[in-house]
Amino acid sequence: MTEIIEVPSPFCGIGTDDLTVQVNDLAVSVMANGCAVNTPAFEQVITDTSARVDGKDVSLEVAVAKAAELLSVSNQPVIGGCATDVNGMRGLMALADHSGAVVDNMNFTGARRNFLALQDTGWMNTTLAEIKNRCDYLLVVGVDLEGFAPRFFERYLWNQESMFLSDTSQRQIVYLGKAPSGEASISPAGVKAKVLACKDADLPEVMAVLRALVKGKKIVADTICGIAVSDLQEVADQLKAAKYGVVTWAAGALNFDQAELTVQMLSEMVKDINTMDTRCSGFPLGGKEGDQTANQVCGWTSAYPARARFSSGFPEYDPFLYDSNVMLANGEADVLVWVQAFNVTSVPPVTELPTIVVARSGMVFDKQPDVFIPVGTPGIDHAGHAYRLDNVVAIRLKKLRESGLPSTADVLNAIEQAL
Amino acid sequence: MLIKLTGGTVYDPASGIDGKVQTLYVQNGRFIKRPANDVKIDKEYDLKTKVLMAGAIDMHTHIGGGKGNIARMLIPEDHRKDPVHRSDITRSGCGHAMPSTFTTGYRYAEMGYTAGFEPAILPINARQAHMEMADIPILDKGGYVMLGSDDYLLRMLTAKKDQKAINDYVAWTMNAAKAIGVKVVNPGGINAFKFNQRKLDLDENNAHYGISPREILISLATAVKELGVKHPLHVHGCNLGVPGNVNTTLDTMQGIGGLPLHLTHIQFHSYGNEGDFKFSSGGAAIAEAINKTPNITADVGQILFGQTITASGDNMRQHANHGFASPDKWVSMDIECDAGCGVVPFKYRDQNFVNALQWAIGLEIFLLVDDPWRVFLTTDHPNGAPFTTYPHLIRLLMDKSFRNDMLATIHPEAQKMTTLGSIDREYSLQEIAILTRAGAAKLVGLEDRGSLAEGAWADITVYTENADREKMFEKPDYVFKDGELVVVDGKVVHTKWGTTHIVRPDWDSSVEKDLQKYFDRFMTMKVGNFKISDDEITEDGRGSLTTHSLNGVT
Repeated sequence: MTEIIEVPSPFCGIGTDDLTVQVNDLAVSVMANGCAVNTPAFEQVITDTSARVDGKDVSLEVAVAKAAELLSVSNQPVIGGCATDVNGMRGLMALADHSGAVVDNMNFTGARRNFLALQDTGWMNTTLAEIKNRCDYLLVVGVDLEGFAPRFFERYLWNQESMFLSDTSQRQIVYLGKAPSGEASISPAGVKAKVLACKDADLPEVMAVLRALVKGKKIVADTICGIAVSDLQEVADQLKAAKYGVVTWAAGALNFDQAELTVQMLSEMVKDINTMDTRCSGFPLGGKEGDQTANQVCGWTSAYPARARFSSGFPEYDPFLYDSNVMLANGEADVLVWVQAFNVTSVPPVTELPTIVVARSGMVFDKQPDVFIPVGTPGIDHAGHAYRLDNVVAIRLKKLRESGLPSTADVLNAIEQAL
Repeated sequence: MLIKLTGGTVYDPASGIDGKVQTLYVQNGRFIKRPANDVKIDKEYDLKTKVLMAGAIDMHTHIGGGKGNIARMLIPEDHRKDPVHRSDITRSGCGHAMPSTFTTGYRYAEMGYTAGFEPAILPINARQAHMEMADIPILDKGGYVMLGSDDYLLRMLTAKKDQKAINDYVAWTMNAAKAIGVKVVNPGGINAFKFNQRKLDLDENNAHYGISPREILISLATAVKELGVKHPLHVHGCNLGVPGNVNTTLDTMQGIGGLPLHLTHIQFHSYGNEGDFKFSSGGAAIAEAINKTPNITADVGQILFGQTITASGDNMRQHANHGFASPDKWVSMDIECDAGCGVVPFKYRDQNFVNALQWAIGLEIFLLVDDPWRVFLTTDHPNGAPFTTYPHLIRLLMDKSFRNDMLATIHPEAQKMTTLGSIDREYSLQEIAILTRAGAAKLVGLEDRGSLAEGAWADITVYTENADREKMFEKPDYVFKDGELVVVDGKVVHTKWGTTHIVRPDWDSSVEKDLQKYFDRFMTMKVGNFKISDDEITEDGRGSLTTHSLNGVT
């Protein structure tokens, strides 16, 4: 039995790297600093160690050859999931380039709300350490922050010491839209976060009014979607009075039509505040199961985010056309490759097409894929790199045990070589 | 494999060879002595009438790191104009303003470049910089780690820590981030922006720390010198792009007390505020100051007309300039109590007075600095223009009549505000070889690169003489990297992986105790997880580290 300290997690997105784990042969137990997201993800047991073709155990070589065979006769493969580490994504990009596939990260439809806003007008954002040390006012828009990242408050807001705040418990927290699901947002001084609740679908209107108030526009109505305009006026005034306000949202949680316009409204409001003699920053929440990693690696190797097509021999980006679920539904693809090295419950979409699954050992299928290759988990079975949600910090993942499982990169590189 | 390169005209300023017909021999990646007559030559290239230079080295180009990837994400419409098809030996990608990593490597190599250095590696983002550069084929790479707006250094300066402690921290950071140099960007200004300061002059204090840019420059330049790092402190000065900033830049040069300083993209820091538009050229004054100040080197950061995107650590100045964004979208980030970044697309227009004069100012500096060993050919890719414009820039430097033809087409008021038309100088091939090879290798501190001498690594570019220097430099006949033929007739024929150049200055291990405390109290990761290990660069079997020597430490 070995104990390993300062273990970084690729699962929670916020880059916690203070976990203590015990490794007993192949069993991993989180001994300290676990959470509802990380602990089960680290402790997931290995079941499959053998690759399968048509449900029967085969050698890795046979499975790789079968995958290459399916891809070599495909006119339009799609590679979904894209949940792995940097080297896994590198292998995935090489395979996509060679086979003319569509690359589509499984969280892209959520992330698209951010990319559309980014690519239209841009934003002013910040990162975790700036929040930890500077943020004196946090506006949480349309997301249950502690549900998203259970340790966010503990690590980045109620930290005991900060460089520029004399008392972190004095930070003000305001929720707009969803209310918090637990008590993590209650300050150490016992102050509860203010909640201005509304339906998700009302957020476009509420955000528009808030931005108008920030800009000093007169609003005639008394309430907007159930929220008193006077309450919104107070938020506007507080954002402008804060020294380093932060507005956070999770694109994935803004589950209504044209939510990109809400992201844009929010981001433009942040820009406005920066012209009013103070500082303010946005902070998008994301980064789970390698989605930032997928976008980063696809970004530097193709110049586009992780929804791109390579069947013309060069990368083409379209955030709508190359949605793998739409392509599968419309009969625009003929082979599905599903790559998911982190989460056994994240199974491939249901399809009649030939399916190749390169996924974490332990994934259970209703219908056996044509090829299943169990792989090790980055940060448990092999070393690697994963991006944190703020997209700046790549954490160095550790190898914790000797499982003998290949990495995503090993498998995808082998398939690419076999093409 | 023994290769013979027969009868080319060699320009190798590092060896003092200026246009001499020579035959060179390459074995195991390096130049060797002429072998005995009975030794079998495996491959001979007849290079009679051809021009031979070392592979070119771009000592300041934004090719790795988060802000470049933000730039990529921001402008899909720019990529769509320049799709790059895959081939049996090359990967697909996109080109133009901010190319994908693979395309970056191919296009540099196809212009005869064999190394590029990322000048702005944030310590906290160094992994990303190296991971991106690890996906740039053919080129050698490396980078300068950014300090000066990091709260740790500013806390040290406020606490009046001694120079030895600063040196230890700088050396520790260089090791942790795998750097070959140290850069400072708008010294303290990126930090001041977080406290809502919108400008920071050389002697103006950071509102929180009470520290001025000049103090930061002196402490970092001293550290770099005392650690024996050959690349002088790489300085992106205060007030980038501000009319009248020429005085700040002159003051920066004079006020550094003779310490070695490299002033980067100095064109953006050479503006007067005279004339009808309160914008004028400081090019002549800057060049004269460089000529008189032997401890100063500079790269130009030439702008060239067209669409590009600017990506800088200087989010204070980028935010101030966001109104010029074209197309109108931009990103600014505060980053991890470490630094920041700002990404603003730009379209430089020859009929815009300011842009036209920026173009002329850059050329004035190139042509008025006497010593080609102290000025370097850059566009600050992609900030002044994409690196693929270098052959055009070389023609502007080498061909006065072409230059004057171009000058006659720019905004008429800008023509009146520049002395460019009266400058007769034309760069020689040898001088171009100094700017882009020998001088760059020396400045970065690279051993056995940038030269065609026996023992040096065989990075070679072979050109066909052409009076049209743009045509000559955009399409080399051959490019060799570490003795392997990678380009023929301006097209990649073979790819390989270059090395990562670093230095490893010594530091007192006690520095890590304070850093560990600081990380545990204020940062968001453990100090042990912050440091980049050697195997992170080498474990994929493609990357390697090349450690260069330091100056004798006194």
